[in-house]
Amino acid sequence: MTTLFTIDDLHVSYGKVEAVHGISLELDAGRIVSVIGPNGAGKSTLLSAAIGLLPSRGRIMFDGSDISGLGVEDRVERGLCLVPETRELFGEMSVLDNLLLGAFSKRPNKAKRQALLDHVYKRFPRLAERRHQHADTLSGGERQMLALGRALMSEPRLLMLDEPSLGLAPLIVQEILSIVTSLRADGVSILLVEQNALAALESSDYGYVLESGEVALHGDSQALKSDERVFESYLGGV
Amino acid sequence: MTWDIALILSVDGLAGAAIYLLAGLGLVLVFSVTRVIFVPFGDIAVFSALTLAYLEAQRFPPTIGLVAVLAGLTVAKEVVTLIRRGQFRELPRAVLGWGILPMVPCLPAFLLAGRELPALVAIGLALILVVPIVPLLARLVFHPISHASTLVLLIAALVLHFLLSGLGLLFFGPEGFRTQPFLNGMVELLPGFRVSLQVLLMVGTSLALAALFFLAFERTLVGKALRATAVNRVGAQLVGIRPATTATLTYTVVSLLAGFVGILIAPSTTMYYDSGLIIGLKAFVAAIIGGLSSYPLTALGAIAVGMLESFASFWNGAMKDVIVFSLLIPALLVRSHFSNHSDDGSDEEEV
Repeated sequence: MTTLFTIDDLHVSYGKVEAVHGISLELDAGRIVSVIGPNGAGKSTLLSAAIGLLPSRGRIMFDGSDISGLGVEDRVERGLCLVPETRELFGEMSVLDNLLLGAFSKRPNKAKRQALLDHVYKRFPRLAERRHQHADTLSGGERQMLALGRALMSEPRLLMLDEPSLGLAPLIVQEILSIVTSLRADGVSILLVEQNALAALESSDYGYVLESGEVALHGDSQALKSDERVFESYLGGV
Repeated sequence: MTWDIALILSVDGLAGAAIYLLAGLGLVLVFSVTRVIFVPFGDIAVFSALTLAYLEAQRFPPTIGLVAVLAGLTVAKEVVTLIRRGQFRELPRAVLGWGILPMVPCLPAFLLAGRELPALVAIGLALILVVPIVPLLARLVFHPISHASTLVLLIAALVLHFLLSGLGLLFFGPEGFRTQPFLNGMVELLPGFRVSLQVLLMVGTSLALAALFFLAFERTLVGKALRATAVNRVGAQLVGIRPATTATLTYTVVSLLAGFVGILIAPSTTMYYDSGLIIGLKAFVAAIIGGLSSYPLTALGAIAVGMLESFASFWNGAMKDVIVFSLLIPALLVRSHFSNHSDDGSDEEEV
């Protein structure tokens, strides 16, 4: 299996305070890799640096090219896409406009744009029902669906999801994570950051455990699930 | 006041509102996309009016030189920045985009200036000469400080206004200019009530431009991208919208709007090098009524400012500007009443 995405010795700082200390990770094409860890471990910081929203030191490789020096928009054009914890939707614009703007970097023609919309509506029928509604009038689950749908409009090769289950009811979380898992069949590679460690490991092929801005453990998700330290710290072991 | 006078004042008010509508839309657009309160809007309008006056007088407009100097400075800045970053591949694009493209309008202006030109050609030349000014100035002044606070951006905008006003004096001198009306004659709107065609043209053009503005924002992907940047800058970046590109596009649209304002106002008002500030400030009142974010409310604000200015000039000509600017007080009171924003420091713990 070919390596699609590599982070090598990444350091990220907020002013003088370093939040991520030399993290390295790899993601193979067509796989789901989860990153779990407690609050403040540096998970969201890692994703923000990977997409270019935060400046970082270290090397980020995507599809064989060094993208460390590229801006956010160039990384998006190459096929990276981040759905942040805060969703960052265009609240005062309609669901349809949010989705159309999702494909902005690809500038698809009319037929292609409609095909992408149909694809997203098929996955998220509720978005089709609410297409003319403003994004800030949607429920939490619908907003997450819209954030995912907007990301899918850009046909990403690597989708980075930051806490997709945050603030959602358990049933919606299940629905969202099953959709995330099904994206793998479409050839989308996924880097999934989750606090819900059990759900993340169940949905992924490989996992990294972050603690205090460093990789504490990594391995196959199934192996991590049965690891004593992970079980005790993150899976509610007694 | 009789009904006749009220009607005449209303028509004058609508003519003023047409100007403040375009200027107000421009101010709201720039602020929502870039957080810059674009004080020099009126100065650009003055440059377009005086450029048209120079072309009509068969004189060589100094605006050509201004665009050339600004393009030269911008290219120099871009080239130095790119060389420092080692981005040598980007150099041809920077020279083309910031040097050659803005200079394109200078060529026909250079060739045609000094001759007797049909009115439409002179207007077209004045407009295209003004269009590159704001994007070039913004690239030089605002782009390097685009992450600065709104206050710093406002101070930069004020400095830019004084610079442009000074350049206006240097280029066009202290005397005022008035351009030829595009349409002569009157039309009878009501029995015994006649309105000049020039005023109707002003109002019609302004409404048509505002409608185009609205359509572009609602119906085109680029317009939606501008709105998206205004609504959520990080979200816009995450879908691949480049803030620098949207800013340049915004400044280009604003330059064009300012150009239209200057050309529409110049036949009815004598324009001096420093006439811009008062136009910009009155449009700012309209934009404040719109909360610097709502286009429909800004349009209503423009009508309020235009009407108040017209009626105030009848009641007390010397006080008309004071009366118009005092509209800010109720506007701000009403806005603060309905605003959800908390005061600075309100989130600090009480002790």
